Amino acid sequence: MLDIQGRRIGPSHDAEGRRDFLRVGAASLLGLNLAEWFQLQAAGVAKEAKAKCVIQLWMAGGPTQTDTFDPKPEAGEDFSGPLRRPAATKVAGMRVSELLPLLAKQADKYTIIRSMTHMNNAHETAAYIMQTGTLPSAELVYPGIGAIVALKKNEAGYKGSLPPYITLTNPLGRFSEAGFLGNNYKTFAPGGDPNAKEFRVQGIVPPRGMTADRFAARRSLLKSIDTLAAGLDAGEMPAPFHAMDEFQEKAYNLILGDARKAFDLSEEKDELRNRYGRNHFGQSCLLARRLAERGVPFITINDGGWDTHKQNFDAMRRKLPILDGGFATLLEDLAQRGLLDGTIVTWYGEFGRAPRVSLEPPWFGGRHHWGNCFSAVVAGGGFQGGHVLGATDNRGENVRDRPVYPWDLTASIYQLMGIDPQGRLPHPQGCTAYVSPIASGAIASGGLLKEIL
Amino acid sequence: MARTELALLALSCAWLQLSCATRTAAVSAPAAPSRARLDVWPERVSLAGRWSKQRLMVTERQRDGTLRDVTSAARFQSKNAAVAFVEGGVVKPAADGVTTITVSTAGGRASLEARVERTQATQVSFLNYVWPALSKLGCNATACHGARAGKGGLQLSLFGAEPQADYDALTRAAGGRRIDRVTPLESLVFRKLAGATPHQGGVKLKAGTAEFEIFSAWLTQGAPYSHAQDPHIVSLAVHPPTLRMAKDQAHPLLVSAVFSDGSQQDVTADATYLSANVKVASITDGLVKAAGLGESAIVIGYMRRQAVVPITVPQVLQQPFPPLEANNRIDELVYRKLRSLGIPPSPGATDFEFLRRVRLDATGVLPTAAEVRAFLADDRPDKRGMLIERLLASDEFTDFWTLKWSDLLRIKSEYPVRIWPKAVAVYYQWVRESVAANKPYDQFVHELITSNGSNFRNGPANFVRAVPSKDPQTIGETAALLFLGARFGCARCHGHPSESWSVEDHLGLGAFFGKVNFKPTLEWKEEIVYSDPKRNLRHPSTRLMVAPKTPGGAQSIIAPDSDPRLLFAEWLTSPNNPFFTRNIVNRIWFWLLGRGIVQEPDDLRDSNPPENPELLDYLAKTLVENHYDLKSIFRLILNSRTYQRSSMPNRWNTWDEAHFSHYRAKRLSAEQLLDAVSQVTGIAEKFISRIPEPFSNWPVNSRAAQLSDGNAECSFLDMFGRPGRDTPYEEERSFELSLRQALYFLNSEQLAAKISASPLIRQLAQPGKNDGEIVDELYLATLSRFPKETEKRTLLEYLAKNRNARAQAVQDVAWAVLNAKEFLFNH
Repeated sequence: MLDIQGRRIGPSHDAEGRRDFLRVGAASLLGLNLAEWFQLQAAGVAKEAKAKCVIQLWMAGGPTQTDTFDPKPEAGEDFSGPLRRPAATKVAGMRVSELLPLLAKQADKYTIIRSMTHMNNAHETAAYIMQTGTLPSAELVYPGIGAIVALKKNEAGYKGSLPPYITLTNPLGRFSEAGFLGNNYKTFAPGGDPNAKEFRVQGIVPPRGMTADRFAARRSLLKSIDTLAAGLDAGEMPAPFHAMDEFQEKAYNLILGDARKAFDLSEEKDELRNRYGRNHFGQSCLLARRLAERGVPFITINDGGWDTHKQNFDAMRRKLPILDGGFATLLEDLAQRGLLDGTIVTWYGEFGRAPRVSLEPPWFGGRHHWGNCFSAVVAGGGFQGGHVLGATDNRGENVRDRPVYPWDLTASIYQLMGIDPQGRLPHPQGCTAYVSPIASGAIASGGLLKEIL
Repeated sequence: MARTELALLALSCAWLQLSCATRTAAVSAPAAPSRARLDVWPERVSLAGRWSKQRLMVTERQRDGTLRDVTSAARFQSKNAAVAFVEGGVVKPAADGVTTITVSTAGGRASLEARVERTQATQVSFLNYVWPALSKLGCNATACHGARAGKGGLQLSLFGAEPQADYDALTRAAGGRRIDRVTPLESLVFRKLAGATPHQGGVKLKAGTAEFEIFSAWLTQGAPYSHAQDPHIVSLAVHPPTLRMAKDQAHPLLVSAVFSDGSQQDVTADATYLSANVKVASITDGLVKAAGLGESAIVIGYMRRQAVVPITVPQVLQQPFPPLEANNRIDELVYRKLRSLGIPPSPGATDFEFLRRVRLDATGVLPTAAEVRAFLADDRPDKRGMLIERLLASDEFTDFWTLKWSDLLRIKSEYPVRIWPKAVAVYYQWVRESVAANKPYDQFVHELITSNGSNFRNGPANFVRAVPSKDPQTIGETAALLFLGARFGCARCHGHPSESWSVEDHLGLGAFFGKVNFKPTLEWKEEIVYSDPKRNLRHPSTRLMVAPKTPGGAQSIIAPDSDPRLLFAEWLTSPNNPFFTRNIVNRIWFWLLGRGIVQEPDDLRDSNPPENPELLDYLAKTLVENHYDLKSIFRLILNSRTYQRSSMPNRWNTWDEAHFSHYRAKRLSAEQLLDAVSQVTGIAEKFISRIPEPFSNWPVNSRAAQLSDGNAECSFLDMFGRPGRDTPYEEERSFELSLRQALYFLNSEQLAAKISASPLIRQLAQPGKNDGEIVDELYLATLSRFPKETEKRTLLEYLAKNRNARAQAVQDVAWAVLNAKEFLFNH
């Protein structure tokens, strides 16, 4: 794969990729090279789980970095647009957008990675890279982080009655998020709006008008007429029939048990609900916290509307306060409940947006795609807070220091979750598939995020 | 290709004559009290070289003809241990000469000659000793230096696929620093292996072992690649070539490498073994254990050569095998297999089971209540055959099989990795017209492979475009997978671990598409596919032009201005290409019966033999005779009694998963299920695709099976395993069950809304309808049958009890039948 500057970043079969890897490894101040990586492995660091759960805040469309976590007012109005007064944060020297005042107060809890890069400017491909932590290959569709976490937690004996990988509230649907892991590792997406008065989680909360009595009557009615293969002994019954019965049983446990109360936001105080923000995103953040409390290992909130080619600044004035309320309250709430140490919170989209504003029609102050460099935010679960990792140049157009590739970030997340990034995934055609491509050593890497682990 | 054909032929022979080719040393045991004959394999032992060895196998032929392995109980005695001695059943050389080895068991005695030569002057080259040793020590495994990027700077080809490259890696790469020609035993490679220098992989060579001696001799002799006179491995010989065993029995295999000079070397201890079905046969260190009933195949590999040993573990029936009637040749061939395995099939399916099944399998649509009534009332004896004809000619058949081809050809708008909505529409239309016209399959494929022109105007030109990466090798790989069922993907990066496909084969295949090029037009996202004489596939390391080469065949010479795709298409669709026809008939069999004659259906290779080679060949031959008329194969299969068996196992065939003794129940596919729910409730799903623009809309009342774009948004279809059309593999379509599916059916608002809004169900609940009619009608519409007496009583009671909330009660009954396995499964 060639990036826009003609620099090769993908896995390569020849020596060039390897040199590239070594160069990048050496250039990074604290990044690990492969040898160090192995040492780390040998020391057993990778096996110890600091985090129990990931809450991923996914900003579909690609959020601008310069208007959020990497402000560049000094680059002039052609770059900063009207947002010229970034807010100082609780952490000395760290600045964020003036439209994120609440997050500024929580800055000690998160680290901003300003040097994310993958060089890809197409939504589908870039989203794939960020969601899976791998580069696309010809015939292999990789599972997303959530599916891998679900698989590994299942292997480790996840017993929760809630599904291990939950999306709030609608799946991305742009590619198979479970990849070659198959249907059973797809995400559980309840749909609907958690901010709505009657938020009904499809499948878990009974439909309108369904009473407990009627539900029970239906259940026994089904039992009495579900007669296919009923004449066979248990040992003779075809395997899929068995599986069907088992899944129905599990479903009933979920519907009738306590687990579904996780979705009942009316249990929360109004004051807290208001702080999260009475909107889809804010209430999703609150819901994510409730799911994390109940041990769901991977939750993603899919927020959209970040593809701001046109009138970017109007969109920022609309969207950033919503982001601010939900994200900042989530961090604060998790910390107050003592959950932040065991919960990773991540914030990013598929790429960033052009630092130079397109003022001409039809864009009227828009920003286009920018995979060259962009920001990601990580907090909790073993990630240190109050740091800025990496830096971009004066205009925010290129990585100046400490490149962080998507697989560096995902491998660090896996590591904190106690999942060996060098571990294997079951591959339908029997190929060798690693949890993270970093394990193959054949990919450009800035190393694990050792600075903030 | 001859290689594969021969192997197939050999397999067929093995299946027919179970005792064919057991040429053992038939030494008769001393007369009287013996109850068995003693057989020793091999007939004579011939050891050449210092590290050669030969394992012995001793079997007793019982009175009933079965073989019993008695090797472990046998005693071995060498007449002259200074020439050869026996250690743990293995003959090893001591010095050149000839001696006799005596074998004795409780049942008899036998003796055989052992000849030893070249123990003093063993010439060691990379190719004859070191290369195999690297595999044996595990150096070239994925976890070690066989990894994509090697380990610790040394990269070897995976499982030793490329010996020349490995030799270069050891002796020349890194400035040749791994070999020390002045003080050979100080060579880095030796120091690392022997543990003198730290080695992440640990100490691999221990003094006194054969491998230690091999490496030191090789280095001392100047680390040569090969000697001109060195014989090379030609094939593997396995004894016995086929095994028919009783359950829980164990039997060893003896594996020899056959060399170009005719000599053989025992490699039993060094070969790799894999059982195709571990439930039937397990294999450890060359010892086969019959773990369960049925068939398996042991795939044996040694230095890029392989052999396959079919294992049969028949069921012993207490009563004679039942007489069976055949509808056609398919049944005769299936019964032959069932008889040899002792599996009596289930009885035939009833009329209503058959109607529901064939309607779903052939057209994807559930029969309506009216259809069921009419079919059950029809008393013509050939009504099943007539129904099949009607279905094969229906528009629904066309829709359903166009959907199948759209999956495999990945018709999905998703720019840039795939095609634009306009191209999707044109491509889909072409497939649909081809299916509707029952276009001969060879022509269909020929057009796909060779088409040029605008991908907005000429549908099949999208074949080379609707792939995630339009490079020649990806297109070649896709063509081989779809039309040969050959999984070439592995060979892109490394030699196929269980097949002989090499990286060169992959390149040769890709070269047929090396001239394919694309150019844009003034129309947004339109592309012109054309053959560009200036383009060629270049070898990634040598940069030389790669000549096209058919898999396993010879290189082709292509005139610079001709399109090599034409040549490939000719070869592919030739009536003399059995792989082309076997692939498609096997797929059709899989589509209808839920399991291939070769399973997985798109994994045809020597090491994955067909369950019934005669059946596969018969279907393939029939397809050619019928001028590639695919419907003729559908017709043949659907009319067979094999297809029309009940899905309920009997007590003798419960365990059978592979031999078609009963119909394999499968969950309705995503589209079948959604369309069935829509049909039963009368509430159609609305389909739209928003990304990429322009929006695609489908007419109201479109069925899911009629969707032309894999990108159409529908959470139901995703939940129930519609393929993402990301890859061309059959298994992308999932029939798995999941918690989410159960939640959807048991408790979702979506299904509840469909049931409560259903005009059909509301109509049933109208006052005036009597309860019996309601129950009958619901059963006919969903389960395609009348309710049984007991079921009817239960439901009538339920309706009577809830007379005050009648509409709700009818909905409850509808909900219950929709959640029954009998509805959710095609059985």
